[in-house]
Amino acid sequence: MRNLFSRTLQTTIIFLVAGGVMALALGGYFSSSSNVFTVSLVNLQSWFSSRFVAVQDFLTAPRDIASLRQRNADLEADNAELQAQVIQLQQQVGETQILAALVDFSRANPENTYRAAAVIGRDPSPFLHYVIINRGSNDGILRGMPVVTGQGLVGRVDAVIADAARVQLITDPASSVNVRLQNAETEASLVGSVTGDVTLDLIPQDIRIEIGDLTLTSGLGGGYPPDLIVGQVVNVRSRDFDLFQQATVQPVVDFNRLEIVLVIVNFKPVDISPLIPIP
Amino acid sequence: MRNLIALPVIILAVILQTAIVSRISLLSGMADLPLVMLAAWALQEEVETSWHWASATGLLVGFVSGLPWFAPILGYFVVVALAQILQRRVWQAPLLAMFSVTFVGTIIASLLSLTVLRLSGVPLPVSDVLGLLTLPSVLLNLLLAIPTYAVMRDLARWVYPFPEVE
Repeated sequence: MRNLFSRTLQTTIIFLVAGGVMALALGGYFSSSSNVFTVSLVNLQSWFSSRFVAVQDFLTAPRDIASLRQRNADLEADNAELQAQVIQLQQQVGETQILAALVDFSRANPENTYRAAAVIGRDPSPFLHYVIINRGSNDGILRGMPVVTGQGLVGRVDAVIADAARVQLITDPASSVNVRLQNAETEASLVGSVTGDVTLDLIPQDIRIEIGDLTLTSGLGGGYPPDLIVGQVVNVRSRDFDLFQQATVQPVVDFNRLEIVLVIVNFKPVDISPLIPIP
Repeated sequence: MRNLIALPVIILAVILQTAIVSRISLLSGMADLPLVMLAAWALQEEVETSWHWASATGLLVGFVSGLPWFAPILGYFVVVALAQILQRRVWQAPLLAMFSVTFVGTIIASLLSLTVLRLSGVPLPVSDVLGLLTLPSVLLNLLLAIPTYAVMRDLARWVYPFPEVE
Protein backbone atom coordinates (compact mmCIF):
# COMPACT_ATOMS: atom_id res chain seq x y z
CA MET A 1 0.00 0.00 0.00
CA ARG A 2 2.82 2.33 0.84
CA ASN A 3 4.59 1.29 -2.34
CA LEU A 4 1.55 2.14 -4.47
CA PHE A 5 1.23 5.52 -2.75
CA SER A 6 4.84 6.38 -3.34
CA ARG A 7 4.56 5.48 -7.13
CA THR A 8 1.44 7.57 -7.51
CA LEU A 9 3.14 10.39 -5.73
CA GLN A 10 6.20 10.02 -7.93
CA THR A 11 4.06 10.06 -11.14
CA THR A 12 2.14 13.06 -9.89
CA ILE A 13 5.33 14.91 -9.10
CA ILE A 14 6.82 14.05 -12.49
CA PHE A 15 3.68 15.32 -14.28
CA LEU A 16 3.65 18.43 -12.18
CA VAL A 17 7.32 19.11 -12.90
CA ALA A 18 6.86 18.41 -16.61
CA GLY A 19 3.74 20.57 -16.73
CA GLY A 20 5.55 23.26 -14.84
CA VAL A 21 8.48 23.15 -17.22
CA MET A 22 6.13 23.27 -20.21
CA ALA A 23 4.21 26.13 -18.66
CA LEU A 24 7.43 28.01 -18.05
CA ALA A 25 8.62 27.21 -21.59
CA LEU A 26 5.32 28.40 -23.09
CA GLY A 27 5.54 31.44 -20.90
CA GLY A 28 8.85 32.28 -22.55
CA TYR A 29 11.07 31.73 -19.53
CA PHE A 30 13.30 29.27 -21.40
CA SER A 31 13.36 31.18 -24.69
CA SER A 32 17.10 31.02 -25.29
CA SER A 33 17.47 27.33 -24.52
CA SER A 34 14.13 26.39 -26.16
CA ASN A 35 15.11 28.27 -29.30
CA VAL A 36 18.21 26.15 -29.69
CA PHE A 37 16.12 23.08 -29.16
CA THR A 38 13.35 24.05 -31.58
CA VAL A 39 15.81 25.17 -34.25
CA SER A 40 17.55 21.82 -33.99
CA LEU A 41 14.21 20.08 -34.26
CA VAL A 42 13.14 22.13 -37.22
CA ASN A 43 16.44 21.51 -38.98
CA LEU A 44 16.13 17.82 -38.37
CA GLN A 45 12.54 17.88 -39.59
CA SER A 46 13.58 19.77 -42.70
CA TRP A 47 16.39 17.35 -43.39
CA PHE A 48 14.09 14.37 -43.18
CA SER A 49 11.38 16.12 -45.15
CA SER A 50 13.70 17.16 -47.95
CA ARG A 51 15.16 13.66 -48.21
CA PHE A 52 11.68 12.20 -48.30
CA VAL A 53 10.52 14.62 -50.97
CA ALA A 54 13.63 13.86 -53.02
CA VAL A 55 12.97 10.14 -52.80
CA GLN A 56 9.31 10.70 -53.59
CA ASP A 57 10.19 12.83 -56.60
CA PHE A 58 12.57 10.19 -57.80
CA LEU A 59 9.96 7.48 -57.52
CA THR A 60 7.12 9.51 -59.07
CA ALA A 61 9.18 11.44 -61.65
CA PRO A 62 7.97 9.77 -64.85
CA ARG A 63 4.37 10.49 -64.05
CA ASP A 64 5.17 14.11 -63.21
CA ILE A 65 7.20 14.65 -66.38
CA ALA A 66 4.30 13.38 -68.43
CA SER A 67 1.90 15.66 -66.62
CA LEU A 68 4.36 18.57 -66.91
CA ARG A 69 4.73 17.97 -70.61
CA GLN A 70 0.99 17.95 -71.00
CA ARG A 71 0.74 21.11 -68.95
CA ASN A 72 3.51 22.70 -71.00
CA ALA A 73 1.74 21.81 -74.21
CA ASP A 74 -1.50 23.26 -72.87
CA LEU A 75 0.28 26.46 -71.85
CA GLU A 76 2.04 26.71 -75.20
CA ALA A 77 -1.30 26.33 -76.95
CA ASP A 78 -2.79 29.01 -74.72
CA ASN A 79 0.23 31.22 -75.40
CA ALA A 80 -0.10 30.80 -79.16
CA GLU A 81 -3.79 31.62 -78.97
CA LEU A 82 -3.12 34.71 -76.89
CA GLN A 83 -0.38 35.85 -79.27
CA ALA A 84 -2.79 35.47 -82.18
CA GLN A 85 -5.31 37.54 -80.25
CA VAL A 86 -2.65 40.18 -79.56
CA ILE A 87 -1.79 40.41 -83.26
CA GLN A 88 -5.48 40.61 -84.16
CA LEU A 89 -6.05 43.33 -81.58
CA GLN A 90 -3.00 45.26 -82.80
CA GLN A 91 -4.42 45.16 -86.32
CA GLN A 92 -7.75 46.36 -85.03
CA VAL A 93 -6.04 49.19 -83.16
CA GLY A 94 -4.23 50.18 -86.36
CA GLU A 95 -7.46 50.13 -88.35
CA THR A 96 -9.23 52.09 -85.64
CA GLN A 97 -6.52 54.76 -85.71
CA ILE A 98 -6.82 55.03 -89.49
CA LEU A 99 -10.61 55.21 -89.30
CA ALA A 100 -10.41 57.82 -86.53
CA ALA A 101 -8.15 59.94 -88.75
CA LEU A 102 -10.60 59.55 -91.62
CA VAL A 103 -13.52 60.52 -89.40
CA ASP A 104 -11.59 63.60 -88.28
CA PHE A 105 -10.95 64.46 -91.92
CA SER A 106 -14.61 64.07 -92.87
CA ARG A 107 -15.65 66.22 -89.89
CA ALA A 108 -13.14 68.87 -90.92
CA ASN A 109 -14.54 68.84 -94.47
CA PRO A 110 -18.29 68.52 -93.99
CA GLU A 111 -19.10 69.87 -97.44
CA ASN A 112 -18.29 66.48 -98.98
CA THR A 113 -19.95 63.10 -98.61
CA TYR A 114 -17.54 60.24 -98.19
CA ARG A 115 -17.63 56.48 -98.67
CA ALA A 116 -14.85 54.53 -96.95
CA ALA A 117 -13.21 51.70 -98.85
CA ALA A 118 -10.38 49.27 -98.17
CA VAL A 119 -7.50 48.89 -100.58
CA ILE A 120 -7.52 45.22 -101.63
CA GLY A 121 -4.94 45.15 -104.37
CA ARG A 122 -2.63 46.91 -106.74
CA ASP A 123 -2.33 46.93 -110.49
CA PRO A 124 -0.51 43.83 -111.74
CA SER A 125 1.54 45.96 -114.14
CA PRO A 126 4.56 47.79 -112.71
CA PHE A 127 4.08 50.52 -115.32
CA LEU A 128 0.89 51.79 -113.72
CA HIS A 129 0.07 53.10 -110.28
CA TYR A 130 -3.46 51.97 -109.59
CA VAL A 131 -5.07 50.43 -106.53
CA ILE A 132 -8.19 48.32 -106.31
CA ILE A 133 -10.77 49.16 -103.63
CA ASN A 134 -13.61 47.05 -102.31
CA ARG A 135 -16.46 49.45 -103.15
CA GLY A 136 -18.14 49.66 -106.51
CA SER A 137 -21.26 50.84 -108.29
CA ASN A 138 -23.44 49.03 -105.72
CA ASP A 139 -22.12 51.53 -103.16
CA GLY A 140 -22.68 54.55 -105.37
CA ILE A 141 -19.11 54.80 -106.66
CA LEU A 142 -18.83 56.31 -110.14
CA ARG A 143 -15.95 56.82 -112.53
CA GLY A 144 -14.09 60.06 -111.93
CA MET A 145 -14.88 60.43 -108.23
CA PRO A 146 -11.92 61.77 -106.22
CA VAL A 147 -10.30 59.56 -103.60
CA VAL A 148 -8.63 60.95 -100.48
CA THR A 149 -7.26 59.91 -97.10
CA GLY A 150 -7.00 61.85 -93.89
CA GLN A 151 -3.70 63.28 -95.14
CA GLY A 152 -4.75 64.41 -98.60
CA LEU A 153 -5.42 63.52 -102.22
CA VAL A 154 -4.92 59.92 -103.39
CA GLY A 155 -6.31 59.92 -106.93
CA ARG A 156 -9.58 59.28 -108.69
CA VAL A 157 -11.75 56.36 -109.66
CA ASP A 158 -10.78 55.07 -113.08
CA ALA A 159 -13.02 52.03 -113.56
CA VAL A 160 -15.91 50.55 -111.62
CA ILE A 161 -17.60 47.17 -111.38
CA ALA A 162 -20.40 46.17 -109.04
CA ASP A 163 -18.37 45.56 -105.89
CA ALA A 164 -14.92 46.97 -106.68
CA ALA A 165 -13.28 49.91 -108.35
CA ARG A 166 -9.87 50.77 -109.74
CA VAL A 167 -8.31 54.03 -108.56
CA GLN A 168 -5.66 55.89 -110.51
CA LEU A 169 -3.14 57.33 -108.05
CA ILE A 170 -1.69 60.79 -108.56
CA THR A 171 1.71 59.07 -108.89
CA ASP A 172 0.62 57.24 -112.05
CA PRO A 173 2.58 58.32 -115.15
CA ALA A 174 -0.68 59.09 -116.96
CA SER A 175 -2.07 61.17 -114.10
CA SER A 176 -2.29 64.93 -114.32
CA VAL A 177 -3.79 67.11 -111.57
CA ASN A 178 -4.30 70.85 -111.74
CA VAL A 179 -2.90 72.31 -108.53
CA ARG A 180 -2.08 75.65 -107.02
CA LEU A 181 0.85 76.61 -104.83
CA GLN A 182 -0.52 78.08 -101.65
CA ASN A 183 2.24 80.59 -100.93
CA ALA A 184 3.12 81.50 -104.50
CA GLU A 185 -0.52 81.88 -105.52
CA THR A 186 0.11 80.31 -108.89
CA GLU A 187 -1.26 77.28 -110.68
CA ALA A 188 0.56 74.35 -112.14
CA SER A 189 0.12 70.82 -113.35
CA LEU A 190 1.12 67.90 -111.16
CA VAL A 191 2.20 64.82 -113.11
CA GLY A 192 3.20 61.35 -111.94
CA SER A 193 5.98 59.13 -113.18
CA VAL A 194 6.89 55.50 -113.53
CA THR A 195 9.03 55.71 -110.39
CA GLY A 196 6.19 57.13 -108.31
CA ASP A 197 7.71 60.61 -108.01
CA VAL A 198 5.36 63.52 -108.63
CA THR A 199 6.49 66.68 -110.36
CA LEU A 200 5.00 70.13 -110.75
CA ASP A 201 5.16 71.35 -114.30
CA LEU A 202 4.04 74.43 -116.19
CA ILE A 203 5.07 76.86 -113.44
CA PRO A 204 5.77 80.28 -114.96
CA GLN A 205 9.39 81.37 -114.77
CA ASP A 206 8.62 84.62 -112.97
CA ILE A 207 7.04 82.89 -110.00
CA ARG A 208 9.20 82.42 -106.91
CA ILE A 209 8.78 78.99 -105.35
CA GLU A 210 10.09 78.10 -101.93
CA ILE A 211 10.93 74.63 -100.68
CA GLY A 212 8.16 73.60 -98.33
CA ASP A 213 5.38 75.36 -100.23
CA LEU A 214 2.09 73.55 -99.87
CA THR A 215 0.38 72.22 -102.98
CA LEU A 216 -3.41 72.03 -103.17
CA THR A 217 -5.85 71.06 -105.89
CA SER A 218 -7.04 74.10 -107.82
CA GLY A 219 -10.31 72.63 -109.08
CA LEU A 220 -9.54 73.74 -112.63
CA GLY A 221 -10.65 71.32 -115.29
CA GLY A 222 -13.37 69.90 -113.11
CA GLY A 223 -11.52 66.68 -112.35
CA TYR A 224 -10.99 67.30 -108.64
CA PRO A 225 -12.62 69.51 -106.04
CA PRO A 226 -10.51 72.50 -104.98
CA ASP A 227 -8.34 72.80 -101.87
CA LEU A 228 -7.43 69.16 -101.31
CA ILE A 229 -3.89 68.89 -99.95
CA VAL A 230 -1.51 67.15 -102.35
CA GLY A 231 1.99 67.62 -100.96
CA GLN A 232 4.93 69.90 -100.33
CA VAL A 233 7.60 71.20 -102.67
CA VAL A 234 10.94 69.57 -101.89
CA ASN A 235 13.00 70.60 -104.88
CA VAL A 236 12.82 73.34 -107.49
CA ARG A 237 14.43 73.22 -110.94
CA SER A 238 14.58 76.49 -112.77
CA ARG A 239 16.70 76.90 -115.90
CA ASP A 240 16.91 80.06 -117.96
CA PHE A 241 16.39 78.33 -121.30
CA ASP A 242 13.23 76.49 -120.16
CA LEU A 243 9.78 77.93 -120.73
CA PHE A 244 8.56 76.77 -117.34
CA GLN A 245 9.98 75.87 -113.96
CA GLN A 246 9.65 72.42 -112.52
CA ALA A 247 9.40 71.30 -108.91
CA THR A 248 9.43 67.94 -107.19
CA VAL A 249 6.62 67.41 -104.73
CA GLN A 250 6.59 65.09 -101.73
CA PRO A 251 3.01 63.78 -101.51
CA VAL A 252 1.43 63.91 -98.07
CA VAL A 253 -0.03 60.44 -98.61
CA ASP A 254 2.20 57.40 -98.19
CA PHE A 255 1.12 55.42 -101.25
CA ASN A 256 3.02 52.31 -100.18
CA ARG A 257 0.93 51.98 -97.04
CA LEU A 258 -2.54 52.74 -98.34
CA GLU A 259 -5.09 50.66 -96.44
CA ILE A 260 -8.32 52.60 -96.17
CA VAL A 261 -9.39 55.50 -98.39
CA LEU A 262 -12.39 57.79 -98.71
CA VAL A 263 -14.24 58.27 -101.98
CA ILE A 264 -15.94 61.65 -102.32
CA VAL A 265 -19.29 60.48 -103.66
CA ASN A 266 -21.04 63.83 -103.99
CA PHE A 267 -18.48 65.24 -106.42
CA LYS A 268 -19.52 65.16 -110.08
CA PRO A 269 -16.46 65.39 -112.32
CA VAL A 270 -16.82 67.57 -115.40
CA ASP A 271 -15.72 66.11 -118.69
CA ILE A 272 -14.23 69.03 -120.60
CA SER A 273 -12.66 66.90 -123.35
CA PRO A 274 -15.35 67.92 -125.94
CA LEU A 275 -14.37 71.55 -125.34
CA ILE A 276 -10.68 70.96 -126.07
CA PRO A 277 -9.96 71.73 -129.72
CA ILE A 278 -8.45 68.85 -131.67
CA PRO A 279 -5.45 70.01 -133.74
CA MET B 1 -12.08 17.38 -117.28
CA ARG B 2 -8.96 18.01 -115.22
CA ASN B 3 -8.10 20.85 -117.60
CA LEU B 4 -10.73 22.89 -115.80
CA ILE B 5 -8.21 23.32 -113.01
CA ALA B 6 -6.87 26.12 -115.22
CA LEU B 7 -9.65 28.46 -114.14
CA PRO B 8 -9.08 28.38 -110.36
CA VAL B 9 -5.31 28.34 -110.84
CA ILE B 10 -5.34 31.39 -113.12
CA ILE B 11 -7.77 33.27 -110.89
CA LEU B 12 -5.66 32.43 -107.85
CA ALA B 13 -2.49 33.58 -109.61
CA VAL B 14 -4.05 36.93 -110.56
CA ILE B 15 -5.42 37.41 -107.04
CA LEU B 16 -2.01 36.65 -105.55
CA GLN B 17 -0.42 39.03 -108.05
CA THR B 18 -2.71 41.97 -107.23
CA ALA B 19 -2.96 41.35 -103.49
CA ILE B 20 0.59 40.35 -102.58
CA VAL B 21 3.18 40.26 -105.35
CA SER B 22 2.36 43.77 -106.61
CA ARG B 23 3.06 45.16 -103.16
CA ILE B 24 6.60 43.75 -103.12
CA SER B 25 8.67 45.98 -105.32
CA LEU B 26 12.34 46.32 -106.09
CA LEU B 27 13.06 49.88 -107.22
CA SER B 28 10.03 50.32 -109.46
CA GLY B 29 9.87 46.74 -110.69
CA MET B 30 7.74 43.90 -109.45
CA ALA B 31 7.40 40.22 -110.20
CA ASP B 32 4.80 38.97 -112.66
CA LEU B 33 3.45 35.74 -111.19
CA PRO B 34 1.01 34.99 -114.05
CA LEU B 35 3.84 35.37 -116.56
CA VAL B 36 6.15 33.02 -114.65
CA MET B 37 3.29 30.57 -114.13
CA LEU B 38 2.53 30.55 -117.87
CA ALA B 39 6.20 30.05 -118.72
CA ALA B 40 6.42 27.09 -116.33
CA TRP B 41 3.17 25.59 -117.62
CA ALA B 42 4.12 25.94 -121.29
CA LEU B 43 7.48 24.27 -120.63
CA GLN B 44 5.84 21.06 -119.41
CA GLU B 45 6.25 18.43 -122.09
CA GLU B 46 2.78 16.91 -121.90
CA VAL B 47 0.85 20.19 -121.73
CA GLU B 48 -1.22 21.06 -124.80
CA THR B 49 -3.33 23.89 -123.45
CA SER B 50 -0.74 26.64 -123.03
CA TRP B 51 -2.40 28.99 -125.51
CA HIS B 52 -5.74 28.64 -123.74
CA TRP B 53 -4.05 29.43 -120.44
CA ALA B 54 -2.32 32.45 -121.98
CA SER B 55 -5.59 33.76 -123.43
CA ALA B 56 -7.50 33.34 -120.17
CA THR B 57 -4.71 34.85 -118.07
CA GLY B 58 -4.20 37.74 -120.46
CA LEU B 59 -7.91 38.54 -120.51
CA LEU B 60 -8.14 38.44 -116.72
CA VAL B 61 -5.03 40.58 -116.20
CA GLY B 62 -6.22 42.96 -118.90
CA PHE B 63 -9.53 43.26 -117.08
CA VAL B 64 -7.93 43.98 -113.70
CA SER B 65 -5.09 46.19 -114.93
CA GLY B 66 -5.19 49.70 -116.27
CA LEU B 67 -3.19 48.55 -119.30
CA PRO B 68 -5.05 48.21 -122.60
CA TRP B 69 -6.62 44.74 -122.55
CA PHE B 70 -4.62 43.38 -125.47
CA ALA B 71 -1.20 44.26 -124.01
CA PRO B 72 -1.07 41.44 -121.40
CA ILE B 73 -2.47 38.95 -123.91
CA LEU B 74 0.24 39.79 -126.42
CA GLY B 75 2.92 39.55 -123.75
CA TYR B 76 1.71 36.17 -122.53
CA PHE B 77 1.43 34.83 -126.07
CA VAL B 78 5.07 35.78 -126.61
CA VAL B 79 6.04 33.94 -123.41
CA VAL B 80 4.16 30.79 -124.44
CA ALA B 81 5.66 30.89 -127.92
CA LEU B 82 9.15 31.26 -126.46
CA ALA B 83 8.54 28.41 -124.04
CA GLN B 84 7.34 26.09 -126.78
CA ILE B 85 10.30 26.90 -128.99
CA LEU B 86 12.76 26.33 -126.15
CA GLN B 87 10.99 23.28 -124.80
CA ARG B 88 11.69 21.43 -128.05
CA ARG B 89 15.33 22.48 -128.14
CA VAL B 90 16.44 22.52 -124.51
CA TRP B 91 14.24 19.70 -123.26
CA GLN B 92 17.08 18.05 -121.34
CA ALA B 93 17.60 21.10 -119.12
CA PRO B 94 14.16 22.29 -118.07
CA LEU B 95 15.42 24.74 -115.45
CA LEU B 96 17.73 26.39 -117.96
CA ALA B 97 14.78 26.68 -120.31
CA MET B 98 12.66 28.11 -117.49
CA PHE B 99 15.24 30.76 -116.67
CA SER B 100 15.70 31.62 -120.34
CA VAL B 101 11.97 31.96 -121.00
CA THR B 102 11.49 34.02 -117.84
CA PHE B 103 14.38 36.32 -118.68
CA VAL B 104 13.55 36.93 -122.33
CA GLY B 105 9.78 36.79 -121.80
CA THR B 106 9.86 39.42 -119.07
CA ILE B 107 11.93 41.79 -121.19
CA ILE B 108 9.70 41.36 -124.25
CA ALA B 109 6.48 41.69 -122.23
CA SER B 110 7.88 44.80 -120.56
CA LEU B 111 8.86 46.34 -123.88
CA LEU B 112 5.42 45.52 -125.29
CA SER B 113 3.72 47.30 -122.39
CA LEU B 114 6.08 50.24 -122.78
CA THR B 115 5.31 50.50 -126.49
CA VAL B 116 1.56 50.26 -126.00
CA LEU B 117 1.57 52.88 -123.23
CA ARG B 118 3.77 55.27 -125.19
CA LEU B 119 1.53 54.90 -128.22
CA SER B 120 -1.47 55.73 -126.04
CA GLY B 121 0.19 58.95 -124.93
CA VAL B 122 1.70 58.10 -121.54
CA PRO B 123 5.08 59.83 -121.21
CA LEU B 124 7.47 57.04 -120.17
CA PRO B 125 11.23 57.59 -120.46
CA VAL B 126 12.78 54.44 -121.90
CA SER B 127 15.97 54.64 -119.84
CA ASP B 128 14.03 54.89 -116.58
CA VAL B 129 11.79 52.02 -117.57
CA LEU B 130 14.69 49.75 -118.50
CA GLY B 131 16.84 50.55 -115.47
CA LEU B 132 14.30 50.97 -112.72
CA LEU B 133 11.48 48.73 -113.85
CA THR B 134 12.39 46.07 -116.38
CA LEU B 135 15.66 44.81 -114.90
CA PRO B 136 14.37 44.60 -111.30
CA SER B 137 11.28 42.83 -112.62
CA VAL B 138 13.50 40.33 -114.44
CA LEU B 139 15.40 39.63 -111.23
CA LEU B 140 12.22 39.14 -109.19
CA ASN B 141 10.73 36.88 -111.86
CA LEU B 142 13.90 34.77 -111.89
CA LEU B 143 13.58 34.38 -108.12
CA LEU B 144 10.02 33.17 -108.58
CA ALA B 145 10.92 30.84 -111.43
CA ILE B 146 12.12 27.76 -109.53
CA PRO B 147 9.28 27.39 -107.01
CA THR B 148 6.70 28.16 -109.67
CA TYR B 149 8.23 25.60 -112.01
CA ALA B 150 8.07 22.93 -109.30
CA VAL B 151 4.41 23.67 -108.57
CA MET B 152 3.43 23.71 -112.24
CA ARG B 153 5.32 20.48 -112.91
CA ASP B 154 3.32 18.73 -110.17
CA LEU B 155 0.12 20.24 -111.52
CA ALA B 156 0.94 19.05 -115.04
CA ARG B 157 1.54 15.52 -113.76
CA TRP B 158 -1.82 15.62 -112.02
CA VAL B 159 -3.65 16.95 -115.07
CA TYR B 160 -1.83 14.64 -117.51
CA PRO B 161 -1.03 11.46 -115.58
CA PHE B 162 1.44 9.02 -117.15
CA PRO B 163 -0.32 6.08 -118.86
CA GLU B 164 0.06 2.89 -116.81
CA VAL B 165 2.29 0.24 -118.42
CA GLU B 166 0.97 -3.32 -118.07
